[in-house]
Amino acid sequence: MFWNYGIFCAILSGSAWGVFWQIILTILGILTTGLQLSLEIAPSFISGASIGFAYLFYQKNIQIKQHIIFVITTTLLIYGFTLGDPYYSEKENVFIELILVLVTSIFIWISIYLTLKNISIGKLSRYQSEKFYIRLLWGLGLITLILITLIPFYIMIMTSLKNQQSLILNPLDLSLDLSNGFSNLFISYIELFKNYNFHIFLINSFFVSIVTVLITLLFSIPGAYALARLRFPHKEWFSSSVILIYLIPSIVLVIPLYAVFSQLGLRNSLFGLIIVYPATTIPVALYMLRGYFSTLSSEIDDAAIMDGLSRLQIIFKIAMPLSKPAIVSVALYVFMIAWNEFLFAFMFLDDPNLFTLSRGIISLNSSEVPQQHLMAGAVIATIPIMFIFIYLERFLISGLTTGSVKG
Amino acid sequence: MKKNVKRKESILSIREKKLAYSLILPTMILVLSIVIIPLLANFWISFKPISLGDLRPPNLILKESVRSKLSPTNDFAKIQYRYRNSSSKYELNEVAFSDLIPKGIIVTKIKSQHDCKIEKNKLVCKLGKIKPKAFGKIILTITKNEFWNDNDNPKSQKPEATYKSTNILTSLQFTFENFKKIFSASEFWNVLKVSIYYTFFGTAGALLIGLFTAQIVNKSFKGRSFIRGLLLFPYVSPVIAVAFSWVILFDPYSGIVNSLFIQMEVIEKPINFFGQKYTAISVFGYKFNFPLALTMVIIFEIWRYFPLSFLFILARIQSIPQDIYEAAEIDGATPLQQFYYLSIPFLIGIIAILFLLRFIWTFNKFDDIFLLTGGNAGTRTLTVNVYEQAFAISNLGAGAAVAVVIFIFLLVFSVIFIKFSKKEAI
Repeated sequence: MFWNYGIFCAILSGSAWGVFWQIILTILGILTTGLQLSLEIAPSFISGASIGFAYLFYQKNIQIKQHIIFVITTTLLIYGFTLGDPYYSEKENVFIELILVLVTSIFIWISIYLTLKNISIGKLSRYQSEKFYIRLLWGLGLITLILITLIPFYIMIMTSLKNQQSLILNPLDLSLDLSNGFSNLFISYIELFKNYNFHIFLINSFFVSIVTVLITLLFSIPGAYALARLRFPHKEWFSSSVILIYLIPSIVLVIPLYAVFSQLGLRNSLFGLIIVYPATTIPVALYMLRGYFSTLSSEIDDAAIMDGLSRLQIIFKIAMPLSKPAIVSVALYVFMIAWNEFLFAFMFLDDPNLFTLSRGIISLNSSEVPQQHLMAGAVIATIPIMFIFIYLERFLISGLTTGSVKG
Repeated sequence: MKKNVKRKESILSIREKKLAYSLILPTMILVLSIVIIPLLANFWISFKPISLGDLRPPNLILKESVRSKLSPTNDFAKIQYRYRNSSSKYELNEVAFSDLIPKGIIVTKIKSQHDCKIEKNKLVCKLGKIKPKAFGKIILTITKNEFWNDNDNPKSQKPEATYKSTNILTSLQFTFENFKKIFSASEFWNVLKVSIYYTFFGTAGALLIGLFTAQIVNKSFKGRSFIRGLLLFPYVSPVIAVAFSWVILFDPYSGIVNSLFIQMEVIEKPINFFGQKYTAISVFGYKFNFPLALTMVIIFEIWRYFPLSFLFILARIQSIPQDIYEAAEIDGATPLQQFYYLSIPFLIGIIAILFLLRFIWTFNKFDDIFLLTGGNAGTRTLTVNVYEQAFAISNLGAGAAVAVVIFIFLLVFSVIFIKFSKKEAI
């Protein structure tokens, strides 16, 4: 069939990459420059297809020189097919447009070059053609996934750096306006800390999250050790009830806790949160730590008992140091849950001095507060988690894989 | 000798048992008191006619005021006590109050329908039962005696009241009204339908994208671990941050998606993605109503949770022994054949487990929908309905009843899950 032929594969991948990069880079161009560009798909479709076709004949000896020639040819083709006006813009900015077309050409060319490796003109074997289609799909898929993942974060950060007038004037203009000085970019952040008490929210969030981590570890380490290592009646019952409790959602608990905490005067207090959060995280922590403790060799325990250590000493001096990575994972995971928690903070806290970040950002979500403030709040809430995530990714990922079927 | 050993063992095992209990019980008690007790309390509340306002227990409001002050020139004055039952639903029982009368003041007359008298230098009033919202007053006429001085203010002492009120939370008053109300409401079945729709498509979508992503990231390339971390961002960020950035991204007036679509002439009028229940779509002349807001919410759910499925599936893929792929490669198996005949059988177990677990969690999800649409525009799921009933309409009992329904679903799902996970041994 025709799709087994190298020539079809070349034209297909050329046109696909042409259209793909044209769409993405035009949108990106609109957002970063604020120019009114229009999206022209057909020229890049034809240009990409021709470049893919041409590549089939030259693929043996591609050096830097050939790379440059192919990129320039792509650029010229795009300009040619659009009659020299690649974006049909009203107010032309020739220089920026040229750069944009050049970048698009580079991306199109590199993508074609990488996907069409080892493809000959004639009929391909089933193995070869599948490899090609998977490579094409892989490339398109990977870039699409990265973009889809990052776009909301990009919008969040860029919006938080804009000011009200320019957002109303042109919502698509997310370019950084440096004309009023660098510090003017962060005006929303300054405003949040100055007028909306975000420093208090930040402190509250840290306080609640760290205390939750400590309490969770304090209770779950001994419990998990007992479940993993000691023999006692009804052990199975305890283990399975941990998993069951872990499945109970907060929304089922929120009404009674609200009612009882209201009457006890615990509702509008951080203390209330500090009681509730560990109770929801301990089952996860127990489950994760129990799994880890039971992978430790029990011969160490036996040897330690022979040496006269008590069980408590074993926990502190042997089990805990050995399972440091697991404990760090659990701690990070619990921190993340507590930091991101929204429902209880939203239901319990009324006093702005007690707000955690989640609760504080909800209070920004009104028509009086401009959206760049809301986004700045979102960035402030996200940064610490990202920071932890980037630095301790290994631990957090192992925490996620063992415990995070929840959430 | 044998017997001795046995006894020794049992002493050891008793000690071990004791230690185990002392380690696990505090943890269990804490969790039970915050999870299991509220769960039971939720059942209790679901059978009670209780509204949000009832959480403030009924109390007696008692105010004392002095009319025409005593002074060296004025011999007579009046003290007025006004009382009121703060609750509009519940009566107060055995209400009484007392107030200290300063030494230099004599009460000459008490005007009241209740049993009020002066005992020593104290006014004691027994008001008995006060109906909801009922109020009244007691007026004392006072004069000064030889001990009187300027400081003798009858208001210097606050009156002390005692009363018994019924606490609706602990009373034994029950009703089936809540369940009747939620099941008879026409929207309930709709809510249930939306819940199942949302849960099924959200879970399945996240799993499929997760499987796809795992395949992509499984191939080794430069910067792979960085990309793997990047793809987890949606899951690890605070829900509130990502939900609001989605809302702003799709905003009908200033959102980038709408502005882009209009500029590129894909659409003429802005679309309210999170606020429009249906949008009419015609495919091949066949017109139907597409549930727009619900689909958007499902897409958000997929976006936020595909990293989790991806992470689990990737971990499983990487635990598959590589030599079987090498052998297949030598035998000339194409990549699709390798995926279909080698990877899928290895992954099917984890996919099934993930589907069930994620199904349970998605069914229980509240935050995402609440923050995106507030449960409007045809996106109200059971969990949002709990909030809606309990805190928006202020009917705690009905909210608790919806929570009971959720819990029953959860039980069914959990039983299936536990049976299944035993088979699969995750």
